[in-house]
Amino acid sequence: MIDLSLVPDGGLSWLDGSGPQAHIVLSTRIRLARNVDRVAFATRSGAGDRARVLALVDAAWRESPLGRGSVRFLLDELDSADRLLLHERHLISRELAEAPAAREGGSGAAVLLSGSTGVMVNEEDHLRLQTLRSGLALPQAYAELEQLDAALGGGVPFAFHPEFGYLTACPTNAGTGLRASVLIHLPGLVLTKEIAKVLQGLTQVGLTFRGLYGEGSEVVGNFFQLSNQTTLGKSEEELLDHLGKIVRQVVAYEEQARQVLLRDAPTILADKVWRAYGLLRYARSLTFEETMNLLSGVRLGAGLNLIAGVSVYTLNKLLIFTQPAHLAAFEPPVPGDTEAGAARAAYVRRLLDEEAARGA
Amino acid sequence: MSLCDNCGEREAVIHLTQIVDNTVTTLHLCEACAAEKGVDTVAQVAKYPLGDFLASLGEGAAPGAGGGAAALAGAACPQCGATLLDFRQTGRLGCAACYVTFEGPLRDLLRRVHGNTQHRGERYRAPGAAEAPADPGAAGSAPALGALKDQLRRAVETEDFEEAARLRDAIRGLE
Repeated sequence: MIDLSLVPDGGLSWLDGSGPQAHIVLSTRIRLARNVDRVAFATRSGAGDRARVLALVDAAWRESPLGRGSVRFLLDELDSADRLLLHERHLISRELAEAPAAREGGSGAAVLLSGSTGVMVNEEDHLRLQTLRSGLALPQAYAELEQLDAALGGGVPFAFHPEFGYLTACPTNAGTGLRASVLIHLPGLVLTKEIAKVLQGLTQVGLTFRGLYGEGSEVVGNFFQLSNQTTLGKSEEELLDHLGKIVRQVVAYEEQARQVLLRDAPTILADKVWRAYGLLRYARSLTFEETMNLLSGVRLGAGLNLIAGVSVYTLNKLLIFTQPAHLAAFEPPVPGDTEAGAARAAYVRRLLDEEAARGA
Repeated sequence: MSLCDNCGEREAVIHLTQIVDNTVTTLHLCEACAAEKGVDTVAQVAKYPLGDFLASLGEGAAPGAGGGAAALAGAACPQCGATLLDFRQTGRLGCAACYVTFEGPLRDLLRRVHGNTQHRGERYRAPGAAEAPADPGAAGSAPALGALKDQLRRAVETEDFEEAARLRDAIRGLE
């Protein structure tokens, strides 16, 4: 098994809930897509191309300020459980996690990590620079990536076109190559049935929404990823400003919806969040989806001070460590527990017990 | 039933009125001939621009593909060998040079996807290259001149002569 303790903070510093608006916005992620000039993109690259890309990026990364004390994982050397573990931590894409190491001569796929900032190599694009931050922190996240982009771009010749900007394997990413996603928790809007209107509004202002795990994933636990739809024709700052402005509006709508619930249905609301807490605290078997939905209820209760003594950090940690690969890696298996439901329930109980003991 | 003015075989379903030099002419065309002449027959709202575009690449002279996609259908990128058909199958381009090889259709696609084709973000300076001009329209810059010439060609193609005259003057200024 890979040793994730080699990654500073395990790539999980964003879990601490220290960022702006962390009660509603879990995390901010930005990625920049880049390709090496004069080397074929992934669909047409040979093993030699991919090895060259990895060598170039690796050398530039070591020279960069983030290179020191960083760690490198070669995906071909990891088994599927380890790749899934990295994916569940949002450190590599689903594409890299699922890609079998079966490309002739090796995939050359790698991830270079310094905490929760790093580069995926030989994914759909040669480089995917990415960073993850707690709360709504678009400018801070971009400032970090901009530095990394400059450091890597100084060593690796990037494919760039005067009109079309940075060139990417899929034209939907061309231009800035920038995709910023904000992971946001909207139970108030879901419960008041306002969510459809809000999501429809988002698509009209050039934003898009997805589930917790990005493209193609379902919305569970009332967690939504809001991100920019287009990447070309606007500057990085314009794209980020626009997303930030809309996210702040959505946060305001969510807060309004929560106040409406508190005013019009206080008993139903309190019952709902305490039932969620009760199930998590005492259940003996939990599916992942059920856990997510119950965590959503407890998070709402904690945000409204209906439930005291459950920190955002613990709730965030539960989101990550109740996923299948994390349970398999860190939680002792329970005999006959084929779906890991018992192991999941045991882990959730332990964390909530510890939290309650601290509060007592 | 009126027949198509162009082929005289099929039913005319599109009636195109043009005003050129104060003379009104009306063309009655069948769907196939209209498509051939590049007349958009459906008011398109591109909900899935990439998917629509990829699908239209397979229809030969599809009106939606634009930018000479049909003419390029068999062409291969000199650097990586990819064709537009490969792009249609995978949704991914083969290399950076594909953006130059298939510039026309891709510009059309980029406009539909992003609503724009001109990058306004950070300008990349390759390792060892001279500082790139901050303003893409800066005098004397080769890329700016190339872009203007492209725009001029498109303006002429679309018979936007006012814009073409403006661009011609701008290019003369740079040269």
